[in-house]
Amino acid sequence: MMQIAAPIVRVLALCALFASAALPARAQVAVQEVVSPGGIRAWLAEEHSIPFTALEIRFRGGAALDAPERRGAINLMMALLEEGAGPLDARAFAEAREELAASFAFEASDDVARISARFLSENRDESVALLKLAMMEPRFDRDALERVRAQVLAVIRSEETDPGAIAGRVFDRLAWGEHPYGSSRNGTVESVSALGQADMRDAWARVFGRDRLYVAAAGDITAEELGLLLDELLLDLPESASVPPAPEAGYRLEPGVTVVGFDTPQAVALFGHEGIARDDPDYIPAYILNEVFGGRGLQSRLTRELRERRGLTYGVSTFLLPMEYGRLVMGQVRSDNSRMAESVALIRREWARIAGEGLTGAELEEAKTYLTGAYPLRFDGNAPIARILVGMQMIGLPRDYIRNRNDMVRAVTLEDVNRVARRLYQPDKLHFVVVGRPDGLPQPEQKP
Amino acid sequence: MRPALALLTALALLLSGSPAAAVPATTFTLDNGMEVVVLEDHRAPVVVHMVWYRVGAADEPPGKSGVAHFLEHLLFKGTDDLGPGEFSRIVARNGGSDNAFTSWDYTAYFQRVAADRLELMMRMEADRMRDLRMSEEDVATERQVILEERGQRVDSQPNALFREQRGAAQFLNHPYGIPVIGWRHEMERLEREDAYAFYRRYYAPNNAILIVAGDVRPQEVRALAERYYGPLEPTPDLPPRIRPQEPPQLVERRLTFADPRIAQPYITRSYIAPERDSGDQRAAARLTLLAEVLGGDGATSMLGRKLLFEEKKAIFVSASYDGTAVDDTTFGLVMVPAAGVSLQEAEAALDRALAEFLEEGIEPEQFARIRMQLRAARIYGRDNIGTLAREYGAGLATGLTVADIEAWPDILQEVSAEEVLAAARELFDRDRAVTGWGMPAEEGGQ
Repeated sequence: MMQIAAPIVRVLALCALFASAALPARAQVAVQEVVSPGGIRAWLAEEHSIPFTALEIRFRGGAALDAPERRGAINLMMALLEEGAGPLDARAFAEAREELAASFAFEASDDVARISARFLSENRDESVALLKLAMMEPRFDRDALERVRAQVLAVIRSEETDPGAIAGRVFDRLAWGEHPYGSSRNGTVESVSALGQADMRDAWARVFGRDRLYVAAAGDITAEELGLLLDELLLDLPESASVPPAPEAGYRLEPGVTVVGFDTPQAVALFGHEGIARDDPDYIPAYILNEVFGGRGLQSRLTRELRERRGLTYGVSTFLLPMEYGRLVMGQVRSDNSRMAESVALIRREWARIAGEGLTGAELEEAKTYLTGAYPLRFDGNAPIARILVGMQMIGLPRDYIRNRNDMVRAVTLEDVNRVARRLYQPDKLHFVVVGRPDGLPQPEQKP
Repeated sequence: MRPALALLTALALLLSGSPAAAVPATTFTLDNGMEVVVLEDHRAPVVVHMVWYRVGAADEPPGKSGVAHFLEHLLFKGTDDLGPGEFSRIVARNGGSDNAFTSWDYTAYFQRVAADRLELMMRMEADRMRDLRMSEEDVATERQVILEERGQRVDSQPNALFREQRGAAQFLNHPYGIPVIGWRHEMERLEREDAYAFYRRYYAPNNAILIVAGDVRPQEVRALAERYYGPLEPTPDLPPRIRPQEPPQLVERRLTFADPRIAQPYITRSYIAPERDSGDQRAAARLTLLAEVLGGDGATSMLGRKLLFEEKKAIFVSASYDGTAVDDTTFGLVMVPAAGVSLQEAEAALDRALAEFLEEGIEPEQFARIRMQLRAARIYGRDNIGTLAREYGAGLATGLTVADIEAWPDILQEVSAEEVLAAARELFDRDRAVTGWGMPAEEGGQ
């Protein structure tokens, strides 16, 4: 090596210098709260250098609000919003959107119905009028319903033969039983086949209400313009949605291993147990723990043990899943059938180790440096900023969280994380759902 | 795209990218031949640092499939200055993320990091361009990892297995017919020396492109690049990129793949198609527009209107083309038949729709809407500097110049509907196409 004559030590010393002296860039997003003349609240990051606006609209609730026996209705309803509205049929609506070069995405997850829109400054009013048509006057035409239903059924059938999707479905069913979390938000072939236009209107009423509304915008729009836009777009929504929030889900999965027989050379496993809520005071320490244990940013303990040392997998990761009505700490791994048992044993060992020993001081510091450095990098465009701002509102974070978040991460002590490690990781509660033909694990108990 | 369709779109080939050249680029070349591009975006204190090598899987020696991608993995195993895994660890310790990717035509390494860490990234990336270390033990473990990667991405995915077989049938002679990840039996035999020889030859400044995008000034990038990349030795007598070329394709190829893991039968069709050439991108621009006209949006595209809305023979159709390649590439179609429509019936409907399209031509209103969307893509594209950086990298690594990349959006606007139709007439020759039927095992295609 020519230009790096100095050995490794200097590179490391340089890093240490960066890490301590030059603190990571602060997230520099100025966020205003806008209240429209009609009283609708939104957060705004104004940035005029590119002539478009990203708008994020969310409704707390989502597919978990499906009526019993109508599983999949909300997912299908959201997919139908841009398939014809007001005087426009599906094709006329799509043509109108293309003429404006606007883009709208409508999506239901378990807890949230989300609408993501992007439109040019040059035709903002027309774009917003079109979006309003989709939200407020969807037609749910019979032929559109049939066409999109056929697409959803194709997805449901494909998931029935996909090992990853099978693992997710079995884990959810075992963990949450009859609660909506226990089944796919797409619904089943039977439930989706039975849905009609009246179900779509009922699903619409279950989701849309100003009492569950959260809005954020980023880009080329002023606070005053946004205020007028909010009233124009959202003031006609019903004051409240037609149903109360879903009940708590109630985790019910016993420890153990469930093998689902499926012919594939590489098995896939989902594993975990009950986790921690987003508004729990221990959430930040838990987040740090997960980052070290199985996160994707640092080289995690699990990646080191399974991938780097033994080549058992291309990917292993863990995550916290703090949902509205239930919470999990879980992970996923894929290994060849002949090696899955070894992966499972190592994950069990590491799960017990982090519960018993927690993190080292060095691991904690490394994670803090990574997390505090990575945080400002998230705010790198109108679209991601709008998504972050609406997400913060939904979990009840204040606007100044962006400024204070890194200090909150830095304030976590080794004592904190290790106390939370004992609480979060419970090796005797761990359940694995393995899909495949893994050697050395119990015989298949479940049909896919 | 509607969320429910995510799975179906995964069947489609890579969709063509949005037009680049939305942000002015500053370019220069170091004395050792390394090309540098700087793209400025000062909205956030973030920088993307990328090094692209003009080498990919299509440049591998015969019998060594997968070595380009294997080497990409091994680049994280350390150098004379850094231990195994140290590179990514240092990036993470600085709050950044890093990764790499390999295609047939290029291999690229990138980091996304706070702008004030750019120097460190350059120092480390320059270090591993020439001074890689790999122990036999690391090589053996990493070979297991790439085999697991193949297991995850290909062997467990019937659609991916079928795509591999169709690719092999599409190219009679060109290495684009060999999967980037490699054939399993060849991957199992890749040795340290295979990777090292490939590395010594192709990882050199005169075969590399540096792209720095984000909150940086060109003069600052130049000073750092000269300091860290400037002293690296070029590879003398770097061979020109001449791969075995396709002979005339004279016979239609048809493949049927049955697998119990395929739940939803589907049809694919891919035609050999020209790529973007430096100074001559018009043919590729016509095909880029053709893909939009035929399959851009389910409700407004030609195939969507005919097959989804009018005849109701399909639940999904798409057309795809990405001309950013060194050699001739493909133009792809995918159709998922509606329930009760056999693959045979569906394919007949698809061919009928294509024939009608050649008769009827392109609606001027549809063409105007596509032009409007391409124009808007330049505005929206400025919001994601990382995507722009990738477009420059892929273009430069496949033989285009910065001038070509900057001219591309205008060429797309200039192409006429008549030209697109003429390109379609030339393209749709089944002697140069592969047709695939994917189906569940027991149904036998009906």
